[in-house]
Amino acid sequence: MQKHSSGGSDFVSVTTQTPGSTKPDPILIADHITRTFGGLTAVNVAHLEVQRGSITALIGPNGAGKTTFFNLLTGYDSPNSGTWSFNGKALNGIASHKVARLGMVRTFQLTKALYRLTVLENMALGARGQKGESVLTSLFPWVWKAQEREIQQKAISILTNFKLIDKKDDFAAALSGGQRKLLEMARALMVEPEMVMLDEPMAGVNPALKQSLLEHIKELRNQGKTVLFVEHDMDMVHEISDWVIVMSQGEIIAEGTPTSVMKNEQVIEAYLGAHHDLDLSAEGDK
Amino acid sequence: MDFLFITQQTLSATIGVNTIIFALAAIGLNMHFGYTGLLNFGQAGFLAIGAYSVAVPVISFGLPLWVAFLIGIFNSVIFALLLGVPTLRLRADYLAIVTIAAAEIVRQIARSATFNSTLGGSDGITGKFGADFFALNPFKSGLDTPILRFSANDLWVVITGWSLVAFIVFIMWIMVNSPWGRLMRAIREDEDAVRSLGKNVYLYKMQSLIIGGVIGACGGFVYALSRQSVQPDNYGTALTFFAYTVLILGGAARVFSPVIGAMIFWFLIVFIEQILRQGVTNNLIPDWLIGANQVSQIRFMLMGLGLMLLMIYRPQGIFGDKKELALDAKA
Repeated sequence: MQKHSSGGSDFVSVTTQTPGSTKPDPILIADHITRTFGGLTAVNVAHLEVQRGSITALIGPNGAGKTTFFNLLTGYDSPNSGTWSFNGKALNGIASHKVARLGMVRTFQLTKALYRLTVLENMALGARGQKGESVLTSLFPWVWKAQEREIQQKAISILTNFKLIDKKDDFAAALSGGQRKLLEMARALMVEPEMVMLDEPMAGVNPALKQSLLEHIKELRNQGKTVLFVEHDMDMVHEISDWVIVMSQGEIIAEGTPTSVMKNEQVIEAYLGAHHDLDLSAEGDK
Repeated sequence: MDFLFITQQTLSATIGVNTIIFALAAIGLNMHFGYTGLLNFGQAGFLAIGAYSVAVPVISFGLPLWVAFLIGIFNSVIFALLLGVPTLRLRADYLAIVTIAAAEIVRQIARSATFNSTLGGSDGITGKFGADFFALNPFKSGLDTPILRFSANDLWVVITGWSLVAFIVFIMWIMVNSPWGRLMRAIREDEDAVRSLGKNVYLYKMQSLIIGGVIGACGGFVYALSRQSVQPDNYGTALTFFAYTVLILGGAARVFSPVIGAMIFWFLIVFIEQILRQGVTNNLIPDWLIGANQVSQIRFMLMGLGLMLLMIYRPQGIFGDKKELALDAKA
């Protein structure tokens, strides 16, 4: 794994590998977050910190509450209790679009490309502070034309980097599933986020594109951005993450480096069940 | 059969007052539904508010007409806010339910006996509330040519009405081709994605509802002025659905499509009616098949049949892009 002097994975050596451990320079801190649906407690996180400039994976079996937790952190759902902050700013009750403006931008498990907009339009939409997006100034093209040109140039340079430039005038609906994932990530970058939250970036992506997505995620870290992602693909988790957080039944059950977490008894138990190595027919043998 | 008369009636209707009213109603809906994806089933309510706002201040309170226009715009903004505040944060279907109910509430209030003295009850309001407008009419006589025929007043309404339509279409064209318009179309595609990019979706949906509503109210101005009367039952749900028909006929999310859609709609209605009427009076259509009193019902049946055929063979409307529509099905 690559090591970086600034931020990156240096924090690993000074952080204890226990659930809810403190990090030297956390960008995101969450405390006592609970979310219940009727009688079911979907999320019950006592304490969580995410190190600035790291790639942190959030894993766990199906139904562990990962996506719900993501929705809570990004303002798409409200918790029953708890506090959380981003860059020292409390995010309780902050609307999702304001969370994005603060620099925490997410993608979705089911890709949300804007289908009947072209790829370039999808990208341009992400840019911040657009004068032409105000209802009054939209009437005066000379006010926003220059800014729009800059936005288009920026979009084109990101699209080139993501190898989607040939598709720029196609409708987003004409892209393949993997290309839509790429577009969604590229679009998130147009917002110039400090932290990128990726909800299953690899789901349904073919191996060739997967490699390119991995490179892009690493590139984000090189640029000093923080990445938190939910993923089921263990190879990917192993390959790129500095730190892994494991959720099961709404709680964080383990934290640590990819290698140590995957050897953790509790993690194996959560994924495979407590008695996975037990031969049930031979009662009491073990 | 008097084909010249049929041509004259049909062409006059194609560019006539009703076409202007329906074009304005549908342009407003195009803003809501075509560009922002808001299912507004209460466009008739906005037209009713426009129409009553022109008539009531002048007749019942003696205010000048230009003040009445301002009141109409103000009222339609308030109506949009009333509809939008509780529903725009919810899923799209809630707006549909609330708007269809709200438009009916407007109509029922207008025709209620309680407000008989100001709103005129079920008879509506008839009177010379448009006098200020027609005083500006430069035409002393109407237009009477073999292919077009308008009275002096209608000619004035048609000319000012089309100027209004042209102005609104021009503004719409600038707006939908701006980053603002891009944002609106993005909201139509997926609100959550737009939120994730830091945009205040609620605010933009409210803007769309207000703008489309005000354009609808302008349709109400034309409706009231052209007839010099306001009848509450003209503003029922049928008006909303005709406006949707006009929009879909032209193809949603194209700036010109509501205008062309309205022209085709009225062309067909009047053409079919005239053909049937002439056929019946000249005994070309036997009495046992269609009677003289049934013509105005039959024209809607044939119109409906035509629309069904259009939806089967050209589902994207006249101007719509088939490729774009196919993408929607895929998404």
